[in-house]
Amino acid sequence: MATVSDRVRNATTKQDIREVTTHFEGDKGILEVQTLNAWYGKTLAIKDISMSIRSRTITAIIGPSGCGKSTFIRCLNRMHEVSHGGRVSGSVLLDGKDIYARDVDPVTIRQRIGMVFQKPSPFPTMSIFDNVAAGLRLTRLWSRRGDLQEVVERSLRQAALWDEVKDKLNQSGASLSGGQQQRLCIARALAVAPEIILLDEPCSALDPAATLKIEDLMRNLAQEYTIVIVTHNMQQAARVSEWTAFFLLGEMIEYGKTVDIFSRPKDKRTEDYITGRFG
Amino acid sequence: MSERNHLRRKWFNRLMLVLSGCAAGLAILILALILGYILVHGISYINLNFLTQAAKPVGEAGGGMRNEIIGSLILIGLASILAIPVGLMAGIFVSDFASPKMAATVRFASDILAGVPSIVVGIFAYAILVRPMHSFSALSAGVALAIIMVPIIARTAEESLRLVPNSMREAALALGITRWRAVLSVIVPGALTGIITGVMLSLARVAGETAPLLFTALGSNFGYQGLTKPIGALPLQIYHYALSPYADWQHQAWAAAFLLLLLVLCISILVRWISGRRHA
Repeated sequence: MATVSDRVRNATTKQDIREVTTHFEGDKGILEVQTLNAWYGKTLAIKDISMSIRSRTITAIIGPSGCGKSTFIRCLNRMHEVSHGGRVSGSVLLDGKDIYARDVDPVTIRQRIGMVFQKPSPFPTMSIFDNVAAGLRLTRLWSRRGDLQEVVERSLRQAALWDEVKDKLNQSGASLSGGQQQRLCIARALAVAPEIILLDEPCSALDPAATLKIEDLMRNLAQEYTIVIVTHNMQQAARVSEWTAFFLLGEMIEYGKTVDIFSRPKDKRTEDYITGRFG
Repeated sequence: MSERNHLRRKWFNRLMLVLSGCAAGLAILILALILGYILVHGISYINLNFLTQAAKPVGEAGGGMRNEIIGSLILIGLASILAIPVGLMAGIFVSDFASPKMAATVRFASDILAGVPSIVVGIFAYAILVRPMHSFSALSAGVALAIIMVPIIARTAEESLRLVPNSMREAALALGITRWRAVLSVIVPGALTGIITGVMLSLARVAGETAPLLFTALGSNFGYQGLTKPIGALPLQIYHYALSPYADWQHQAWAAAFLLLLLVLCISILVRWISGRRHA
């Protein structure tokens, strides 16, 4: 019998993958974080985090600078261990299977859990087309141009960028504006057909107009993908997310429905933060 | 009191300015003298025969350095084939895969290798290749030149690879691309101009090397006869002809010096052009 991850790997279209994923839904979150700790060298950056992240919703992680929210999100697709001295304990279950299990290759996890970073990071030596195709082209030995074209167009449409770039797919990705570059990075992440998309302060380098575009985009994507967004902008969390977790000094203080967190927080520290008394 | 101090500082400042200006001028003057002297002496003896004919025996007029020009190109090509993969991979290893301690060790070793006098490298190639094979050879000369090239390529490759922002590495890894593939397809292309610059610099360096060729290529009047046979090269021929008592040969040495200088100059200008484009 094929395991879930096998089936996901063998699934050729995104629809197939959706089916595999939804198969596991119930009350359970698609990501189940259990007593997660993460270190940088000897510094403990996040302490004992446990939370479920629900499928096809937007979950926001808020908190002041240095509270460990970026570290946390980087643990969800095993990017934390890429940093020098990065170390993790605890487990993160994706569809019930620990992504930190010994036999799991972080490379396959990152194909299923995509990530977009704070600073737009298109590959400067590649064209717009090649940027979007990069994830597919460089994870396979060989790919047909025709197949790539289809995926590139679909991903750019999903990222609401197609109309702006369809006539200049061969230009460098670096020639786009900051907001366009960030949507290009989202398209690039979508092209590998992930199940979950992690966004690490995706709008902090963008102007308000570009920020609104990305937020609209996130709402649309949430119909198909599970989205986790780290943001230091509370209004943004309130605007887009369904669930919100508040982090402080490496600990998760409170986690609940966004409306509850912002209207009647249970913890005094959460209240102080969202009312702007610190942070 | 402070007025005097101020005056003293002002004059001292002027003095140092003039001195450093003179030093800079001297450096440029020396370069201009060398270029000018070789140009004046060499250019009149450069002609089509010099470029297209083989050397003639003493006493016969004419003849050229076709064989040595081709020989030099063969040696440089051979050294490049050997040194570029090794130097590039060493640079990639140090910048992207080695632990900080390991990287420091390799960097230190490569700096020492870069500082080894070229004649010592020549003796080394003589000992490990010429002696066991019982023949001076193009191959041994290629190896000697490659040993000189490797540390230059490795250091410049490493430095240009490290200039590629870490966010590019993370962006590639986050797509589920393996590390080696990310390095080859994203990081190396990003550092390509710097890497090419390093390769060109190393070429300019070895193009004029004479000492390591003395024990390895030896020199030959017959052109290329195979990798395991001696071969002529421009610097060797310059050395050989310039020391000869025959005016004809001395003239050819000047012409060859001019040609060699032109070659190195072209490479340097190419390097500037390539590295200029990086910042454009």
